[in-house]
Amino acid sequence: MEALEAYNITHRYGRVTALDDLSFTVGHGELFGFIGPDGAGKTTLFRIAATLIMPAGGRMILFGLNTVSRYRELRNHIGYMPGRFSLYTDLTVEENLNFYATIFGTTIKENYHLIEPIYRQIEPFKKRQAGRLSGGMKQKLALSCALIHKPRILILDEPTTGVDAVSRTEFWEMLTQLKGEGITIIVSTPYMDEALRCDRIALIQNGTLLGINTPDSIRHSYGKKLYAVTHPDRYRLLLALRSLIQALSPEPLSHSHEPRATDAPLSVSAFGLSPEPFGDSVHITIPESITSGEVVAALASSGLPGAEIREILPGIEDVFLELMKKEV
Amino acid sequence: MKRFMAFVKKEFLHIFRDYRTLIILFGIPAAQILIFGYAVRTDLTNAGIAILDNARDEVSAELTHKLEASEFFRIRYNLGSYEEIDPAFKQGKIKAAIIFPANLGASLAREGNASVSIIADGSEPNTANLVTAYTTAIINDYSSQLTRQVSQGMPVIIPEVRMYFNPNLESYFMFVPGVITLILILITALMTSVTIVREKEFGTMEVLLVSPLKPWQIIIGKVAPYFFLSLVNVIVILLMAWFVFGLPVRGSIALLIAGTMLYILLGLSIGIFVSSSVQKMENAIFISFLALMLPSLLLSGFIFPIENMPKIYDYVSMILPPRWFVEIIRSIMIKGAGFTYIWKETLILVVMTIFFMVLSARKFKVRLGEGER
Repeated sequence: MEALEAYNITHRYGRVTALDDLSFTVGHGELFGFIGPDGAGKTTLFRIAATLIMPAGGRMILFGLNTVSRYRELRNHIGYMPGRFSLYTDLTVEENLNFYATIFGTTIKENYHLIEPIYRQIEPFKKRQAGRLSGGMKQKLALSCALIHKPRILILDEPTTGVDAVSRTEFWEMLTQLKGEGITIIVSTPYMDEALRCDRIALIQNGTLLGINTPDSIRHSYGKKLYAVTHPDRYRLLLALRSLIQALSPEPLSHSHEPRATDAPLSVSAFGLSPEPFGDSVHITIPESITSGEVVAALASSGLPGAEIREILPGIEDVFLELMKKEV
Repeated sequence: MKRFMAFVKKEFLHIFRDYRTLIILFGIPAAQILIFGYAVRTDLTNAGIAILDNARDEVSAELTHKLEASEFFRIRYNLGSYEEIDPAFKQGKIKAAIIFPANLGASLAREGNASVSIIADGSEPNTANLVTAYTTAIINDYSSQLTRQVSQGMPVIIPEVRMYFNPNLESYFMFVPGVITLILILITALMTSVTIVREKEFGTMEVLLVSPLKPWQIIIGKVAPYFFLSLVNVIVILLMAWFVFGLPVRGSIALLIAGTMLYILLGLSIGIFVSSSVQKMENAIFISFLALMLPSLLLSGFIFPIENMPKIYDYVSMILPPRWFVEIIRSIMIKGAGFTYIWKETLILVVMTIFFMVLSARKFKVRLGEGER
């Protein structure tokens, strides 16, 4: 039995399909990430897992308990952090934590060891009202509150959105520690760099899963060599590369894609050629028949001399963008 | 139980941290009592009047003196001609003009009767009614004195009026029960619906639902503090009424408190019902105000007697809890009536309470509704 089993989860809001036939499993003590743009269906999926919504179709089972029929027992074991800050802003840090501890039938003392690494950081402000904490501290408090009853599973909906980079790093270090305590964690994030810290990640888009795998496998599933091209004039570089790729590709880009089982390992088999801007460089894949030197030469002849090109390891974004393009 | 108490404690913290809640809870009742007590008077004192005395004889002088001697009127102008009446009204300083005809005393002596004109400011109908009633009373009083002098031995019937329960017709006899009725519906229905909807709006309801708290624990935990505070409020208002206006509770205090508790319970269940139907605080406020406060103010019989309204309003007012509660509280406080006199109203409130409680219990969701995304 896995910690979480989802079978053909489907959900609709009126005519809008928020989740379309999702199936996946999360193992015990796994740190499982959901990556996807806003509106992909992450929040809906998490609310179903948190027993807050009944799925229109399919079923979800946590620790052998169905989220619909056994929700009452399950609620003792779930630590849930909604997407927006959901603590009482007019209560102090300590009052919030005390309140959540009591309604879950425990005390701060009893599970202090569990929240200690997190709570220690906000403890100096325990007399401050929660509404007056910084974004990072709010999230640490929310995590402490979600943890205080020693849940078996943590459901964290975009816990680091709107939080500064340092606090984000700290937050993920805590999640790794909690994983060490044997707590299963499912977490969603719009930040690709955070995805690398998960054991496995699921890419979700328009209510469907594009694939599930370990971050490394996903990066390696890119299957082609990826190059980063840099030039001071990034905009013209992007345009030049686009026309270059178009000239190179013998057939127009195919928009169809082969059917793929939702839970199947990710792989990018189709030839995604379109260049994508990333930071100060443009990421590009080129056919095996051409060398990187030829690309630089072609750029120079189209009026962009001095472009640099180097091979890089694909990031999650690269794979995600490729998969998204194929979905569309 | 420990969980439940933690919830109640949290709710009290919310209330005492939010000065706006405190103002609504304790500021408004005190202010209303004082405003209704001193400013909004339905009895008359020192209303400005003008006299146009065309007679200038003994009778007109005596009548003028009687009007002035009463604490109801103050003579602002002694007019010289009819033309001055209109400007005097337009200035707004007078509520009525009294005109004595040229031959007042003479015609009284000769024909045994005479007429005095009273022109009242009809732009304020309530005041106009009062002014004419008081003026007429004074003139009648004078004329019955005359009758007695003139017709020695002739039989004359003189009505002796006594206002039962409220001999001086003090208006706070009416507004203290009214204010209690209004304040209670405001605190209970409005405040509880807002406080529950606030949890939904701020997303904290989401976390509460995922907790092992049962729905009744959440709801009762949220409303229990308001039940307690409403009771405190009623007691404060009653004490104020007693010390400031000298209005005692004539009936049984225990019965009054019991009736009040029932009414509070009803208000709370209405508040819970409203909160289960809306997602936003503005909507909760809007519904509570429009559907409860306004009709309560206008149709409960607290200000305007229901008997004087068209029949349709009478029927509408029957579904309003305040109408019945005003009756209960008035009977106990002012008339000193026992339970046997108010069992019907009490029964109606009990039925309403059960109705809203069942309805809210059915509507409360253990999950998120469709509207919450």
